[in-house]
Amino acid sequence: MTVSDLLQIAVYLGVLTLATPFLGHYMYQVFTGARHLLSPLRPVEQIVYRLGGIDSQTEMRWTAYAWAVLAFNAAGLVFLFVLQLLQGLLPLNPTGLAGVEPFLAFNTAVSFVTNTNWQAYGGEVTLTYFTQMIGLTVQNFVSAGTGIAVLLALTRGLAARSGETLGNFWVDLTRAVIYVLLPLSILWTVAMIGQGVVQNFNDYTTVATLSGETQLIPQGPAASQIAIKQLGTNGGGFFNVNSSHPYENPTPISNFLQMLAILLIPAALTYTYGKMIGSLRQGWVIFAAMMILFVGGLTIMLWAEYSTNPILMEGKEARFGVINSVLWAQATTSASNGSVNAMHSSLSPLAGGVAMLNMLLGEIIFGGVGSGLYGMLIFVILTVFIAGLMVGRTPEYLGKKIESREIQMAIVAVLLPNASVLLLTALAIATETGLASRANPAAHGFSEILYAFASASNNNGSAFAGLNANTPFYNTLLGFAMLIGRFGVIFPVLAIAGSLLPKRVAPPSSGTFPTDRPLFIGLLIAVILIIGALTYFPALTLGPIVQQLLLMGGA
Amino acid sequence: MEKKLQVQARPLFERAIVQRALGDAVRKLDPRQMVKNPVMLVVFVGAIVTSLIVIADVINGRVSGFNVQILLWLWFTVLFANFAEAMAEGRGKAQADALRKTRTQMTARRLHNGKEDRVPAADLKRGDLVVCEAGDVIPGDGEITEGIASVDESAITGESAPVIRESGGDRSAVTGGTRVLSDRIVIRITSEQGNTFLDRMIALVEGAKRQKTPNEIALTILLSGLTIIFLLAVVSLRAFAAYSEAESGLTETTATVPVLVALLVCLIPTTIGGLLSAIGISGMDRMIQRNVLATSGRAVEAAGDVDVLLLDKTGTITLGNRMATNFVPAPQVALDRLADAAQLSSLADETPEGRSIVILAKERFGLRGRELGDLNATFVPFTAQTRMSGVDFPAHGGQAPRSIRKGASDAVKKHIESLGGRFPSEVQSSVDDIAKRGGTPLVVSEGTEILGVIELKDIVKGGMKERFNQLRAMGIRTIMITGDNPLTAAAIAAEAGVDDFMAQATPEDKLRRIRQEQADGHLVAMTGDGTNDAPALAQANVGVAMNTGTQAAREAGNMVDLDSDPTKLIEVVEVGKQLLMTRGALTTFSIANDVAKYFAILPALFGGIYAATPGESGPLAALNIMGLASPESAVLSATIFNALIIVALIPLAIRGVNYRAMGAAAVLQRNLLIFGVGGLIVPFIGIKLIDVIITALGLV
Repeated sequence: MTVSDLLQIAVYLGVLTLATPFLGHYMYQVFTGARHLLSPLRPVEQIVYRLGGIDSQTEMRWTAYAWAVLAFNAAGLVFLFVLQLLQGLLPLNPTGLAGVEPFLAFNTAVSFVTNTNWQAYGGEVTLTYFTQMIGLTVQNFVSAGTGIAVLLALTRGLAARSGETLGNFWVDLTRAVIYVLLPLSILWTVAMIGQGVVQNFNDYTTVATLSGETQLIPQGPAASQIAIKQLGTNGGGFFNVNSSHPYENPTPISNFLQMLAILLIPAALTYTYGKMIGSLRQGWVIFAAMMILFVGGLTIMLWAEYSTNPILMEGKEARFGVINSVLWAQATTSASNGSVNAMHSSLSPLAGGVAMLNMLLGEIIFGGVGSGLYGMLIFVILTVFIAGLMVGRTPEYLGKKIESREIQMAIVAVLLPNASVLLLTALAIATETGLASRANPAAHGFSEILYAFASASNNNGSAFAGLNANTPFYNTLLGFAMLIGRFGVIFPVLAIAGSLLPKRVAPPSSGTFPTDRPLFIGLLIAVILIIGALTYFPALTLGPIVQQLLLMGGA
Repeated sequence: MEKKLQVQARPLFERAIVQRALGDAVRKLDPRQMVKNPVMLVVFVGAIVTSLIVIADVINGRVSGFNVQILLWLWFTVLFANFAEAMAEGRGKAQADALRKTRTQMTARRLHNGKEDRVPAADLKRGDLVVCEAGDVIPGDGEITEGIASVDESAITGESAPVIRESGGDRSAVTGGTRVLSDRIVIRITSEQGNTFLDRMIALVEGAKRQKTPNEIALTILLSGLTIIFLLAVVSLRAFAAYSEAESGLTETTATVPVLVALLVCLIPTTIGGLLSAIGISGMDRMIQRNVLATSGRAVEAAGDVDVLLLDKTGTITLGNRMATNFVPAPQVALDRLADAAQLSSLADETPEGRSIVILAKERFGLRGRELGDLNATFVPFTAQTRMSGVDFPAHGGQAPRSIRKGASDAVKKHIESLGGRFPSEVQSSVDDIAKRGGTPLVVSEGTEILGVIELKDIVKGGMKERFNQLRAMGIRTIMITGDNPLTAAAIAAEAGVDDFMAQATPEDKLRRIRQEQADGHLVAMTGDGTNDAPALAQANVGVAMNTGTQAAREAGNMVDLDSDPTKLIEVVEVGKQLLMTRGALTTFSIANDVAKYFAILPALFGGIYAATPGESGPLAALNIMGLASPESAVLSATIFNALIIVALIPLAIRGVNYRAMGAAAVLQRNLLIFGVGGLIVPFIGIKLIDVIITALGLV
C-alpha cells in the first residue's frame, strides 16, 4: 500500500463526511415541508398528487402507512413482471430481444422492487432499453424512495411528542424522488456523461478488433441509470459486468464519484435523522458507529489483500488499482448497493468474508437508502434494551420506553433475514440442483452460495461471481430471499414506529441511559458484532475463514 | 401485642431452603412448568433428544462415554436453572411465613355471647365483636358499636393529639393498628382477617400468583428470539458441516446430534434464561427484607424507573416536630430573662414544641424545669381565639403579679397593644427574619412588655442532604410536600437540599402535581397514609402506603411499608433499580460468553475439515486458541462451564448486583466493565480450566 492509496481513502471518507451535514440538512428541509433550495419545484409535486389522486394533507397511522407501502410495491412488482414478459412486443428494442422467461422475470422484478438489484440476467443481452428505463430505472427511484419513506415513518414515531400518525407515504415518496433522488441523479448523470459514460438509444455497434475478429459493443442510456443505481443503493448495472465495464465506469473520477454516490444519501440520512429527532448528536453517534464499522472492515480487507503474496489481480479493477477495488467492495457491500467494479470472488478469501459479513449484518453500515438507517435503528433498540437495563431503568431510547412490542418486532426484523440466509443456503447445498450451479468446489463453492443468499436476503444485490444463479431453482429461492429481506424488515419497522408513536417521552436526566456518547457507539458496535457475527460465525468459518487459513498455510 | 413486624435478612444458602429447593428443582421438570421458560425449554428438549440417542446407542450396544457425559451436563443445566428458581421461591416463602407468624401473634379480646375470650387477631371474622380498653391496640378495621374512647391515631394522621371516637354518627370508624388511650369500646370488625389487604399481599409475595412483569416479558421475547436465531444457526450448520465434510473427503461427521445440541445449549442465553425468574422473585424478596410488601413485581420494576419522589416534609425530611433553637431578646431585655419567661410559659405546655422550649432554656441557661404547682401559678392554655398560651403568677412575697404570654407575633402584638404596650420594631424585624429562614417565631411578652422571640425550627434529619445529592446523581428529583407557607417551605427545602417543594399543599394539589409530572413524562413515587391521600397514591406510579395508614390508602397504593417509615421510599427505588440492573448485567454477561464458546466448539467440530490428508488436523484447528486438549474435551468443557456458571451466579441473582448511587453513565461504565468485558474473558479462563481438569481426570 502506498501513501497515495491511503490518501485516496482519506479523501473519499473526508468528502463523504463533509457532504453529510449539507445533504442531511437539505433533506431535513424537504421532508419536514420547510422551504428549501428546490421549493420552486412545488408545482411539480402538486401535479403528481393530482395525477395520483393523493390527498397530501391526510396523515396515516402505521397500519395505513404499511398498507400503502405494500400496495405500491405489489403493484410495482406485478407491473415489472408483466413488462419483462411482454418486452418483445414493446418499443425501444433495437436488438429485437424476446420476452424474459418467467422465473428470471420474477427474480428480476423482485430484485428491483426490493432495492436489491440482484441481476440474474445480463443487462445488455436480456433486457430492452424500454424495460431498463420504464421498468428498472423507475424502480431504482421508487424503491429507494420507499426506503426513505419507511425511515421517515420510524423517525417520526421516535420523535413524536403526541399524535397518532406517521405522515403520508405518498408524500414522503414523492418528495424523496422529486427533491432528492432526481436532482442528484441529474447531477451525477451529467458528470458521468462528462467522464464518457454512454447515454444513447443506438443499436449495438459492431467493430473489428485488432485481432481481426468482430465484437458487438452494446450501447444505451447507461449514464442515467448508473447515476440512480449508485445514489439509490440499487447497484443494478446497465451492463452485465457492472461498473467494471469501461462504458459504465470509464475514469478514476467516474470511479470516485460512483463510490461517493453509493454512500452519499445513506450517510446524509443520519444527519437528517438527528435533525428530525431534535438531537444532532444522536445522528452523529450513529454515523460514527457506521463509520467505525466501515473503516474496520476496510482495514481487514486491505490487510487480507496485501498480505497475500503475490497480490492477486485476477478479477480486480486493473485500471484503478487494488485499493479502489477494495474500497468499492467495502462500500458496495456496506451500503446495500451491490454494484461492483471488481469480481468479489476474486477478492482474497478474508476480504470476501468481510464483504459477506457487511451484508449479513443486515446492510446497516450506512446501508441502503433509508433501509440502512432503519436497520441500524433496530440494532440501536436492541442495544438500548440489553445494555439499558444495566443502569437500573426500564430501557428507553430518546425518552421512549422500549417494551415487549418493540422488542418483538425488532427480533422479527433481525430474525427473518437471518433465517432466510441460513435455511436457504442449507437447502441449496443439500440439494443436487443447488450444488450444480457452483463454479468451484469445496469452501469457495460454499462461499459462492452463501454469498448469493446473503446478498439477496439483505437486499444487496452484488454477486460473488462464479455461481450460475439464472436457474429456476436460484431465481425462485433468491426471489423469496429478497422479498423476506425487504418486507420482513419494513413491516416490523413500521410496527415499531406505530408502537413508539404514542409513547410519552421521559425527559432525560442523569439517570437516563446515555445514547449520545462514545460509550454507546462502542456498545452498539459490540451488539451488532455479537448478535450479527455470532449468528454467522460457523458459516463464515466453513467458507472464507477456512479458505484464508488454507491460503496462509500455503495448502 | 407487638405490632411491628420484623423480617430478618436470612443467610443466602439456608439449609432448609436449599433442601426444599433441591426437591423442587426436580419437580419443576414437569413440562407444564418448563414451557414457561422458552430458553430452558430448548435445553430440556435437547436433553431429551440426546437421552433418546444415548438410549438407542445402549440398545445397539455402542456406548459413547462422551455422549453420556454430554447428556448428564445437559440435564444438570436444566436442573441448575430450576434450582435457582426454587431457591428464590423458597426464600420468598420463608419470608412470607415469618410475616404471617408475627401477624398471628397479635391477640384480640373477642366478645362471644357476652363473654370475653382471647383469640389470635388472625382468627377474627367479619362481624365479630371485640373489646378494647385503654392501652389496647385495635385488632382490625371496624365500627364502634358501644362506648366512647380517645384513640391515638398519630400513626395514621401524624397528629399526636388523641381523637374521640364514639358509637353512632360519622366518628364511629376505627382502624386496625391504632391504640385506645382511655375508656372502653366495643368494636364490630368489618374486614375479614384472613383476607385483609396485608394477607393478600403476603400471598402474592409467596409467588403463588406470580406473573411476569412487563420488562420480564420483553426480555423473555428477546431471549427467545436469540434462541431461535442460534437454533437456526445450529440447524443450518448441520447441512454446512455435511457439505464441508463431504468435500474434504471425510466419511464420519463430528457434528453429531449430541455435539450440536451441546453447541446450541452453549450458545443460547441459558445463563440469564435460567436465572431470570430467580432475579424477579428475589427483587420482591429484597423488598420484604426492608419490610415493604409490593402488590406485584410490576410495582417493584416501576420503582426502578421512578424519577420524581414526592416526599412529605414531616417525618421524612424533618423530624416530626418543630424544636426551639434560639432566643432573640428584645432591645434592653437580658437574654436570660427572656429564656426564663419562655420556660415558665411552657412548663405546662405538653406539646413537643413547648417541651423543646423548656429543654432549650435548660441546656443554654441552666434553667431547671419547675412545677407550676410549686409556684402557685395558673396555666393559660392555648385557644383558637387568643392564639396564645401562657402563665399567670399571683403577687407573692413582695413580688408583683406576673403575666407571661407567648404566641404568634400578631396575636401577642394585639394583646399588649390592648394593654397599652408597644411592639418594638426590632422585634418585628427579628420575627420577619426567623420566618424568612423557615422558622416559626413565637413572641414572648410579660405584662405590657415584649421580651423577645423564640425561634422554632424544623430540624432536618441527619444525612438527608447527602441522600438527596445521591438521588440527584441518579437522576431522581425530590419534591418536598408541606402544609407550611411558601416562605417557610422554601427555607427548609433549601436546607434539606430537595429540588423542589410544594407549600400549603392539599391532597388535591398533590394529585394535580402527580398528573402534571406524569404528563411531562416522569414517573412518580410517593408515600401516603390518610384516606385523602388515596387518589394520589393510586395515581402515582409507585404509591407506598404506610401500614398504619387507613384501609383506603393501603388499597390505593401498590406497596405497603410495614415499618411505616416514609424515608423507605428511597430504598424502594434502589431495590427497583437493582432488580433491573441485575437483569441487564446477567443478560450482557450471558451474551458475551458466546464468543469464547465458539472458540471452544467450532475448532473441535471442524478441526479436521479440508486437511491436506484426511484424518489429520486441518486449517481450522488454528482457531483453537485456548489450546484445548481434544475435540471431545473442548465440547464437554464448554458444556460444563455453561452449566456451572448458572450455579455460580445464583448468589448474584438472589442478592442483586452491587448497587451504588451514581449517574447512569457511571453505572453503565462500571457494569459494562464487570459483566461485558468480564463476560468475554471469564469463559475463556473457565473453559480452559475445566479442560485441564477433565483431561487430568481422564474423563475424555
